Amino acid sequence: MKSPPLGYVRAMDMPDVFRLRANAGPDARVLAGGQSLLPTLAFRLSDPGTLIDITRVDALRGIRLVADGALRVGALTTHAELGRDALVRVRVPVLADAVGLIAHPAIRNRGTIGGSLAYADPAAELPAVCVALDAVVIAVGPAGERRIAARDFLTGLFTTALAGDELIAAVEFRPMPGRRTVIHELARRSGDYAMAGIVLAAGPGTPTHDPRPVFFGVGDRPILATRAAACLAVGGAAALAAAQAALDGDLDPPSDQHGGPAFKRQLARVLLARAVNSLIDARDAR
Amino acid sequence: MNDIVDPRSLDRPNSYIGRSVPRPNIRKLVEGAARYVDDVILPRMLHAAFVRSPHPHARIVRIDVSAALSIPGVVKAFTGADLAPHCEPWVAVLAHLKGMKSAPQRPLPLDVATWAGEAIVAVVAETRALAEDAAARVVVDYEPLPAVTDMETALDPATPVIHADLGDNLVFERTNESGDVEAAFRTAHKVVSATFHTGRHTGVTLEPRSILADFNRATGQLVVHHSTQAPHMIRDVLARHLRLPEADVRVICGDVGGSYGIKVHVYPDEMAVAVIAKLMGRPVKFIADRLESFSSDIHARDHRIEGRLAVDAAGRILAFDIDDLTGIGPYSVYPRTSAVEGNQVVNLIGGPYDFAHYRARTTVVLQNKTPTCQYRAVGHPIATAVTEGLVDLAAEALGMDPLDFRLKNLMADGSYPRTSPAGMKFEGLSHVESLEALRKMIDYPALRADQVAARARGIHRGIGFASFIELTNPSPFMYGIGGARISAQDGCTVRIDPDGTVLAATGVTEQGQGTEAIIAQIVAEAVGVPMSSVRVVTGDTLATPYGGGTWACRGAGIGGEAALRAGRATKEAALVVAGSMLQAAPDTLDIVMGNIVDRAGGAVRMPLSELGRIVYFRGDTLPAELPRELMQTRHFITTQFPFAFTNGIQASWLEVDIDTGMVNLLKHWCVEDCGRVINPMLVDEQVRGGVVQGIGGALYEHCVYSPDGHLLMGSMADYLTPMAAEMPDIEVGHVETPTRESALGAKGAGEAGTAGAPAAIMNAINDALRPLGARVFAQPFTPARILAALGRIPTETA
Ligand SMILES: Cc1cc2nc3c(=O)[nH]c(=O)nc-3n(C[C@H](O)[C@H](O)[C@H](O)COP(=O)(O)OP(=O)(O)OC[C@H]3O[C@@H](n4cnc5c(N)ncnc54)[C@H](O)[C@@H]3O)c2cc1C
Repeated sequence: MKSPPLGYVRAMDMPDVFRLRANAGPDARVLAGGQSLLPTLAFRLSDPGTLIDITRVDALRGIRLVADGALRVGALTTHAELGRDALVRVRVPVLADAVGLIAHPAIRNRGTIGGSLAYADPAAELPAVCVALDAVVIAVGPAGERRIAARDFLTGLFTTALAGDELIAAVEFRPMPGRRTVIHELARRSGDYAMAGIVLAAGPGTPTHDPRPVFFGVGDRPILATRAAACLAVGGAAALAAAQAALDGDLDPPSDQHGGPAFKRQLARVLLARAVNSLIDARDAR
Repeated sequence: MNDIVDPRSLDRPNSYIGRSVPRPNIRKLVEGAARYVDDVILPRMLHAAFVRSPHPHARIVRIDVSAALSIPGVVKAFTGADLAPHCEPWVAVLAHLKGMKSAPQRPLPLDVATWAGEAIVAVVAETRALAEDAAARVVVDYEPLPAVTDMETALDPATPVIHADLGDNLVFERTNESGDVEAAFRTAHKVVSATFHTGRHTGVTLEPRSILADFNRATGQLVVHHSTQAPHMIRDVLARHLRLPEADVRVICGDVGGSYGIKVHVYPDEMAVAVIAKLMGRPVKFIADRLESFSSDIHARDHRIEGRLAVDAAGRILAFDIDDLTGIGPYSVYPRTSAVEGNQVVNLIGGPYDFAHYRARTTVVLQNKTPTCQYRAVGHPIATAVTEGLVDLAAEALGMDPLDFRLKNLMADGSYPRTSPAGMKFEGLSHVESLEALRKMIDYPALRADQVAARARGIHRGIGFASFIELTNPSPFMYGIGGARISAQDGCTVRIDPDGTVLAATGVTEQGQGTEAIIAQIVAEAVGVPMSSVRVVTGDTLATPYGGGTWACRGAGIGGEAALRAGRATKEAALVVAGSMLQAAPDTLDIVMGNIVDRAGGAVRMPLSELGRIVYFRGDTLPAELPRELMQTRHFITTQFPFAFTNGIQASWLEVDIDTGMVNLLKHWCVEDCGRVINPMLVDEQVRGGVVQGIGGALYEHCVYSPDGHLLMGSMADYLTPMAAEMPDIEVGHVETPTRESALGAKGAGEAGTAGAPAAIMNAINDALRPLGARVFAQPFTPARILAALGRIPTETA
C-alpha cells in the first residue's frame, strides 16, 4: 500500500521542532528513524497529516558522560551507533548486547533509541533494558525538561508518559559499579521481535544481590518481576525454582500469534533460568 | 547424429547438457536490471486499487462511490454489476474429476462477499496512491452472514450453504481403492494410525501478482503484461471471457519474480483489470501489495488427514487407509480447480512402497476463507508427510530402524515399469539406490552415535527420513482431459541468424528458476554453437510457439525436449546448405562451436557465420532448389505415460529444545532422481529452494484464521517465511534414471525439495521426542505445539 497524503517538514533545531509542531496540529508526528512510523503509514494504520523530521536536530544526538557520571544517550542515536560505541561498551555493555537482538542491520542503521522508547512496543529490547537499569528518560517540551524514570515513562501498550508537545531528548544511565546485566530472548527467527525476553541486572557481587529481572514480550510493557526478584534475593539452591514459580504472580501474559499465556509463562521461566545462569557463568569466567 | 544425450560426452566441445553453467540472465536479475510488470509504463496508464471485503461472508447491500470519485485524479469506480455484462463468469470444474461442482465466479461479486479480502469494488486513478485514497472513501454497506469456517463441520446440516444453487458445501469427493483393505487390516500384525494437519499456507513471491492490461480500441487488440506462469492459458481465458478473438489477445510475460504456482491461476481482481482496460480503452495497471496478497493470493494445503497403516509380522506394509478432508475457500479456482490437491493426495500416498491394499478418500469442501489452489508440489508434501509419518510409526511399532524398514518396503529398483496400488504408472524409479546414496552421504552410524551422546547431555536430537515420489512432465491427463484448455504440449523454434548466432523461442517460461539457461544449454549443444551465441525468447504469445508454460515441473522435460529436437533439426538443415557449399555429403559434416567441421577429423571448414551470410545475403550463389530452412520448430508431448514420476529421499537432522519447544535445524540432505540432469547447479538450487519452502510449511508459515473467519496474519512480520539464518546446510545428491520417452531423458526437478522436506522435519522432531513419549503431527510444528505435545504446557489456542 501507499502512504496516505502527507506533509513533510524538516526541523533544524529544538525551537524549530516546537514551532513546526504547534503549526502542524495535534495529529502531526515526529519522524526519527521511521522504522516503526513508516510501516504504519504504509499500512494506512495512521494518518498524521504531517511528519516533522527531527533527524537534523543536533541537540538530540550524541553519546557522552554527563556531570554525575551518567551516560547520556541522545534520542537520535541509532541502534547501530549504540552497538559500536566504545563508551557504551564500557559503561552499559548490555545496551550493545541488546542491539544484536533488534531486527536486522538495515533497520538498526535507521531505528533510534528515542523512537524505540516513544513507540513503546512491549516486545522491544531497549525499553526493557532502560527499565532494568533504572534509566531516566529526558523529555523536553516548550516548557523545558522533565526527567522521568523509565518504568514510569512506559505506561502501557504503545503508550508513554510523554505529553503531546514533548519529545524525548535523551536517555541517561546512572553509573552502577559492580552491577552486571544480561539480556536473553527467544525469537522464532533471528531479527524477529521476541516471543519473550528478559533483561536481568544484579550485583554488585553475587547474582542474588538486588536482582532486577525485567521481561519483555509478555505484557503490555516491560514488566519488572518483583516476586521473582524477591525469591532470587533469598539465594540458595531453591531460589531459582522459587523465582520461576513466583513468575505466575508477576506475569499475566496476553496471547499472541506464537501462543497463549501458559506458553509465554513457560518461556519466561526458561529465560529466567538462562539469565541467572549466564550471570553466574560470567562471574565464574572472571 | 541423434543419439540419446549422454553426459559421458561431456568432454566434447559445446556439450552443455549436464554441466553447471551459470544462467545468462543472472546479472540482470541480481543487478536490478530485470523488467517486471511494474517497470512497464505506458502512455495514458491508470492504476487500479480494490476495496476488499472486511467480512468473511456478507450480503452487499449498497455501494456508494461518490466520495471516492470526488477526489481529483480519480477516474472511475466499478462494481460487480458494472463489470458483469462484459465478462463471462467462470466455473472451475474438470470433467474427469467426477461429480465436482463449483459456483460461477465473476471479476467482482454481484451481491455476496464470500471471503475476507475478496475484491468488491475497483477504483482507477492516475496513481496507485490516489486509487487507494479513493478506495478508502468507497462506502459499502454489508449485512454480515454466518461464515463457514471449520471444514470439519462444513457439510453438517446446521452449517449454512455458501452457494444455495449448489445445494451443499461439497465440491468433490473421491475414494481411490484397490485390493482388500478391510481384510488386510483384520489380519495385520500391527496397525498404526495418526491424524495429520498440514496447515494452510501460501507461496510468497518476491514480485507480487502484477498485471497491466492495455486495450487498443483502434486495433481491437488487448495486450496484457502479466506476471504469469502460463501466458497462452491466460490468453485463452482472457479471450473467451472477454469475448475477444484469441488472435486479438497478446500476453507478454517479462521477468517474473517467483511464482511457485501462485501465478498460474485466474484471479478475479486481475480479470477485473482486463475488463476495465477494455471498457476504458486505456492501459490499467494493478500490482498487488503484500497486505492484499495475503488474503487474495491463493492459499494451499489446508488438510486434515486420518491415516492408518497395516504391517505384517515380517515388517512388510500391507495396506494404507486414508481419509483426507480439505477446505478450499468459497470457489474452486479457475481453470485448474481446487480439487486437484486432494486428488493428488489420494493418488500419491504410499507412492514409494510395494504393497497391495489401498484406500484413500478425499472430501473437498467450501468455506469462507481465501480460495486455495495449486502451490508448489501440489499435494505432494501432504501425501509424503502422511505416508512417511505412518511409515515411521510402523517402524517404531516393529522395533525396526526407519531406514531398514523403508529398504524392506520400497519398490525394488529393477521392478519397473509398474503401476502402484493408487493407480500411478511408474516408468522407472530408483528408491533403493537413492536410499543407499543418502545413507552414505549422512554417515548414518555417526549420526546415531551423536544422538546417543547428546541425549546423555540432555540434548535431544533427531533424524528423520522421507522417501517420496514426484509427478512431473504431465500429459493431457492432468488437465486437458478434464476440458481445461491448458497445453501439455510445448514447442521450440530455433533460428540461425546471419552472424551464426542462434535464436530459440520457447513456450515454456522463466520465473527465476533458470528455464532460459537450460534451453540455451540444450540448443547450443544441439546446434553446435557456444552457449554465448544463443538468445532465448520466452513469455510472449505473439513470439513463441504455443505451449503450457511453467507448471507441474515440465520446463526441462517437455520444453527441453522440444528445444533439443528443434536444435537438431536446425543443425541438419544447416548441414544441407553446408554440404552444398562445401561439395560434401551433409552427413560427413558437423557443427562444433559455431564452425562447420569435418565429422571425421574435425577439421574446420567454415564458420557458421559464413553459411549465414551466404544464405541470407547471397542466396543467388546456392542451387535454386536447395532448401535453406535455417529456422525449425519442433513440439513435444509425452504419450506413453500420463506423468514422468521422479523419486528421491530426504533426511533432516535437528535439535529440539524441550524447554522452549524450538527446533534448530542442523543439516538437511536430499538425494533425488530427476532423470537426466541438464544443469546440476540449477537442479541443486531448485532442490534447496524447494527444501526451504518445505521447511517453511513445516515450521513457520501459517495462514491463521480466527474461528469466525478473519485472517489474523497480514504482513511479513507475522507470516513467517523461512529466513537464511535459520536454514541448515542442504546437501544434494543425484541418481539419474532418464525417461525413455524423450531423447533428452529429463524429468522435472522443481518440486522434489518441497515434496519431502516437511515429512523429514516431522519425523526428525518425533525421533528427537520419542524417548519423551511425545509426537507432533500438526504443521507448522511451532514451539507452543511442541511444548504441548511434551506436556510442558496445556494445549491452548494462541
Ligand atoms: C522489520 C522490523 C523489525 C523490527 N524488529 C525490532 C525488534 O526486534 N526489536 C525492536 O526493539 N524494534 C524492532 N523494530 C523497530 C525498530 O527498532 C524501530 O526503529 C524503533 O522501534 C523505532 O525507532 P525509529 O527511530 O525508527 O522511530 P520512528 O519510526 O521514526 O518513530 C516511531 C514513533 O516514535 C515517535 N518518535 C520518534 N522519535 C521520537 C522522539 N525523540 N521523541 C518523541 N517521539 C519520537 C514517532 O513520532 C513515532 O510515533 C523493527 C522494525 C522493523 C521494520
